[in-house]
Amino acid sequence: MLSYFVRRLLVMIPTLLVISLVVFFIIQLPPGDFLETHIAELIAQGETVDSARIAFLREQYGLDKPMIEQYWVWLFGLLQGDLGYSFEFELPVGEVIGNRFWFTVLLAVATTIFTYIISFPIGIYSAVKQYSMSDYTVTLIGYFGLAMPNFLFALVLLHYANIWFGLSIGGLMDPRYIDAPWTLDKVISVINHLWIPMLVIGTSGTAAMIRRLRANMLDELQRQYVVTARAKGLSSTKIILKYPLRMALNPFIADIGMLLPQIVSGAALVSVVMDLPTNGPLLLRALQSQDMFLAGAFLMFEATLVVIGVFLSDVLLAMLDPRIRLGGASSK
Amino acid sequence: MRNLLHIRDLRISFNLPEGRLEAVRGVSFRVPAGRTVALVGESGSGKSVVSQAIMGILPRSASIDSGRILLNDPATSSQVIDIASLHPDSQAMRDIRGSRISIIFQEPMTSLSPVHSVGNQICEALHLHRKVSTAEGLSLATEMLRLVGFPDPAKAINTYPFELSGGLRQRAMIAMALVCRPALLIADEPTTALDVTIQAQILKLIKDLQSELGMAVLMITHDLGVVANVADEVVVMYHGEIMESGTLDDIFKAPAHPYLSALLRAVPRFHMKPGERLVPIREIKKRADGAFLAQKAEQAVSADPTILKVEGVTKKFTIRKSGLFGGGKESAVLAVDDVNLTVERGECLGLVGESGCGKTTLSKMIMRALTPDSGSITFTGGRPGDSETDVLALHDKALMNFRTQIQFVFQDPFSSLNPRMTVGEIIAEPLVIHGIGDAADRRKVVEELMGVVGLNRQHIRRYPHSFSGGQRQRIGIARALALRPQLLICDEPVSALDVSIQAQVLNLLKDLKKDLGLTYIFISHNLAVVDYIADRIAVMCQGRLVELAPRESLFRAPAHPYTKALLSAVPEPNPNQRLDLTALMQGRASDPTAWPAPFGIDGEHAMTMVDLGGGHQVRARADAAPELLLCRPQPVLQTSTKV
Amino acid sequence: MSDHNPRPGDPLQHYVNKAPFDPYRADTLTPEQERYYQASEWKIMWWKFRRHKLAVWSGAFLLMMYFAIAICEFLTPYNLHSRDTTHIYAPPQGLHLFHEGTFVGPFVYGYDFRLNMETLAREYVPNPDKIQKVRFFCSGDPYEFWGAIPGDVHLFCAAEGGTLYLFGTDRLGRDMFSRIIYGARISLTLAFIAVAISFVLGVIIGGAAGYYGGMVDAVVLRIIELIRSFPELPLFMTLSALLPVTWSPIGVFVGISVIIGFLDWPGLARAVRAKILSLREEDFTTAAQLMGASPSRIIGRHLLPSFTSHLIASLSLSVPTAILGETALSFLGIGLRPPVTSWGVLLNEAQNLNAVELYPWLLLPVVPLFLVVLAFNFLGDGLRDAADPYR
Repeated sequence: MLSYFVRRLLVMIPTLLVISLVVFFIIQLPPGDFLETHIAELIAQGETVDSARIAFLREQYGLDKPMIEQYWVWLFGLLQGDLGYSFEFELPVGEVIGNRFWFTVLLAVATTIFTYIISFPIGIYSAVKQYSMSDYTVTLIGYFGLAMPNFLFALVLLHYANIWFGLSIGGLMDPRYIDAPWTLDKVISVINHLWIPMLVIGTSGTAAMIRRLRANMLDELQRQYVVTARAKGLSSTKIILKYPLRMALNPFIADIGMLLPQIVSGAALVSVVMDLPTNGPLLLRALQSQDMFLAGAFLMFEATLVVIGVFLSDVLLAMLDPRIRLGGASSK
Repeated sequence: MRNLLHIRDLRISFNLPEGRLEAVRGVSFRVPAGRTVALVGESGSGKSVVSQAIMGILPRSASIDSGRILLNDPATSSQVIDIASLHPDSQAMRDIRGSRISIIFQEPMTSLSPVHSVGNQICEALHLHRKVSTAEGLSLATEMLRLVGFPDPAKAINTYPFELSGGLRQRAMIAMALVCRPALLIADEPTTALDVTIQAQILKLIKDLQSELGMAVLMITHDLGVVANVADEVVVMYHGEIMESGTLDDIFKAPAHPYLSALLRAVPRFHMKPGERLVPIREIKKRADGAFLAQKAEQAVSADPTILKVEGVTKKFTIRKSGLFGGGKESAVLAVDDVNLTVERGECLGLVGESGCGKTTLSKMIMRALTPDSGSITFTGGRPGDSETDVLALHDKALMNFRTQIQFVFQDPFSSLNPRMTVGEIIAEPLVIHGIGDAADRRKVVEELMGVVGLNRQHIRRYPHSFSGGQRQRIGIARALALRPQLLICDEPVSALDVSIQAQVLNLLKDLKKDLGLTYIFISHNLAVVDYIADRIAVMCQGRLVELAPRESLFRAPAHPYTKALLSAVPEPNPNQRLDLTALMQGRASDPTAWPAPFGIDGEHAMTMVDLGGGHQVRARADAAPELLLCRPQPVLQTSTKV
Repeated sequence: MSDHNPRPGDPLQHYVNKAPFDPYRADTLTPEQERYYQASEWKIMWWKFRRHKLAVWSGAFLLMMYFAIAICEFLTPYNLHSRDTTHIYAPPQGLHLFHEGTFVGPFVYGYDFRLNMETLAREYVPNPDKIQKVRFFCSGDPYEFWGAIPGDVHLFCAAEGGTLYLFGTDRLGRDMFSRIIYGARISLTLAFIAVAISFVLGVIIGGAAGYYGGMVDAVVLRIIELIRSFPELPLFMTLSALLPVTWSPIGVFVGISVIIGFLDWPGLARAVRAKILSLREEDFTTAAQLMGASPSRIIGRHLLPSFTSHLIASLSLSVPTAILGETALSFLGIGLRPPVTSWGVLLNEAQNLNAVELYPWLLLPVVPLFLVVLAFNFLGDGLRDAADPYR
């Protein structure tokens, strides 16, 4: 088990390296170098250019060096926590981002849990009652979030929250707490604001989860060992809870890898609509102004989040499944 | 004696997409307490449906239309319970299920949950039906595992099914079924998926446990050999009805119903008279007109009597444990170890061994589907102009040509035919691949071939799923014949078929060999089948050839302990010849280190094939030849091994 | 059969069934079985598919939608860009059949317009005197059918001199109903192109990985894993932000299709690979190999047909993802640009709470979007359940 853990941990290193390479490639795609465009813009707007500062930045981020070297500079910067420089904000990317990373993580984790809580019972129920009216009904509910575009759902919720509760629930907390130190009230305010994006993003992920859980369950329900369990005299509920569910759980956990990118995606969009202090809005802005280091940092961060999530799901899976845990080569 | 179970006029039907199917039509029989009743029938006879009805585990699409299933079990209730009237999910039914009546299934691989430990699954049954503490439960489960023959029960309780061999899994399954000491054990084909030597052990185990626990057994099987060995009373089912029932002697000594007597004549047995043919229940209506049979004359002209020579062939498989950097531990399994054999033109060489002995690997190497690590394979065609070819060196055109000369018949008649192609397309496919003839020619050949294997030509546009196993196997044979090969490798061609169909296909193969002058390599684990069809027999164990002899010598005077064990493990459909379990060496018959000298492999002595004369060879220590020759009971007098 | 068992304890009597015995009975088939056995794969799939009622209805609905986008010009009362400056932000006009109790046929009440001087909001009041009967098969805005054949016949249009804004109008006084139908054309076509791209890539790459195995497989798996570690939307956003601003709207349309298609294939490739891996183990594949069949024949004749049904099912589940992806991008303003009009472009106008409060009908494009996405999902579910009847 420990060796599996270590091996799995080591595999993440090359994956992350390749991801960083891809991200760097993407942010290099626009023609010209950022500073040139930037200087051109400044001059066009009639502003003064601090040439010493530009030269310093050029030096700092190796923009005058060949591509490979620039990548190394960028990569080593990443490793030391230096995410690069935001040309639009004229600040290091790290400062621009501030707490956004953590809010994104918070939102992703909360949404994952929410998705599981919703899709789990629906998936099981609709598999057990295949093709019944209640199957269709619960699936329909589960699919609602999938078919409803996230941004719209968010807008509508905001609108009605305003009308019904007189609440302004944009943002991730009440404005008066934004720069305040962390207190219990602030935490409560965050929780009060968190549920809408969680609901919106979560419902969009449930459909896929329900579908997969249902399919897995249907497969497992036909297995011989389920008949064996019945033959022991177990009641149907207990059988379902102990056997097929237990087996269907494995792919379900492995699905975190599928779910996380989806949630991060959804978060990006919903955040724009709801003006949440997460990565999304800033990423959009960075893209629109071609502030590529900033965009790169976001992409890199979100991919890393997914890689870590998949790692955790693999480890969880290994702990649950004796066939992996005991390191046996799988034999059919 | 009390009737533990009494079934009266039971009728069960299924609601299927292709319509309503009456699976059981008015079946009545009894199971006396403490005795064994065998319910015999072929697939589709409804025997398993009866067992599911008794357990209350019928599939959703099935329903009991009428009849009663009376359980008279004084241990729990003074009243007779009608199981047919209980709701399958009711508490009353669940109290009976797994507690008073238990069941074991055919597939030990899939019957146990892969993610729960053996102990967990056994204790679960226990806790459901009895009030015992966790510790007590564990000790009872351990005790049960010891009873079913686990060498180290305390350790076994924490193992997972995937860590156990097939035989041990079935033992674990039995332990689970018996842990509540049921009054009735239903064994639904409990040994069909197991090797013969393990089958014999499991049968003995069930028998021993029956007398120890005083339970009744309802043995559901298609194998009359198993019936003859275990049953007190026998019920024969066909197409949802009982054809005949009676005591063991009634059934085997005085079979009266045409179905039963036909069934008995269809089973291959040892000691058949020379030239005796099996009589299938349904004869194939063959139409052997057309040009197809004319090819025999063309083939017969050949000088070299040897068609295939296999020399020193070895194949190792490396199993890599999941190393994510490509590393990880590697372990090698010797699938085929230094095998030498020749196949004579026109003979049938039987290749016998249990699962995993390397017989299929060997056949695949002959077919060039796998490449051996070392050794050589030489094929000599029998047509004018054919010469010795080194099979392993073939390429491109020569390999394509070789493919026309040697063909394969698969074990599984279901997966070997593409379900999306019609019969006509399937049989014509080899012709299409080799670009033989145009569409009209091919259609003619296909129709002829369908006639040759006894299929209705009208069915040429049907899909494989509309055929029974036997018919599918015949489609497979027709496809293999399409290219007019000289050598046919049949890999367990009848082991997935019912007894009556088995006889059909075996007779067909026999006739085709004669009519078309074919050569066969016939792979099987069933010695009786090999005895019926083969001229010479090669026995393999753990990748090694252990004995090679003409059929008569092998059965009259087997020399190798493994061969002896195999022979003694085959249950014969004759109550007077019960299994001799001492020859089974307590389940170690296939362990080379357990064989007595001079056969045992001890790593010190070189092993070789010792020639005993008359074409009889046995694998033994090189220096043991004289003593082996001495103790041969009867020298074999045949002068030629060719047939 | 009567009960022939002896009383308990008595020895069992030898019972023999006296009914005549026909050994060939097992071979005879009922007409239903006959019908089932002669059916091809697709027929059996259809029988299985029919059991999923929702899927059947969804399929019918989608067929209708795709038929509708083929004849947008005819179906819509107005053209995509027809403006009516006197009806800016007009709310939907209700369709009526009866006027004060008497049957008139389908008609709408014309609007009276006035500007609320306090709130500066436009107010439209239905005038009961302006009965404007809907005309059918009438000539209206001239159009070029599929950009080629000129015509002016519409299925229905407003009364002469009247208006027919069933779904209201937008900030330029354009008919939302017509725009939604034209939007469907773009949204549904784009999704189809994207899925086609992803299909080709997925089948080729996944097929190669599954068939050749070894290094190819390992490399493909790594690439898939890599692409999948990126959250879809931010990656879409990044890539589509990279599309040159100078591109024409049609160019952008193609560019977005390619981006969505290019990022969608890994899922499909994985499914294809897994399926091929398992099919490779089937005896009928080995049989073909032993007959000497070439790899292309094995793939084309044995492997591909065996998972076509799966492919179709997964494709029908990919389409809605593509539709939603496009909508999201256009909504954010980094996807399609006017004059190309998709549902996402239409929704772009409803970006803030203000719009939702004042002109809720601008959100109407979401209704067909919702229904189409839902329908594709149910259809996919039904297909998936019915796929591969020989399992």
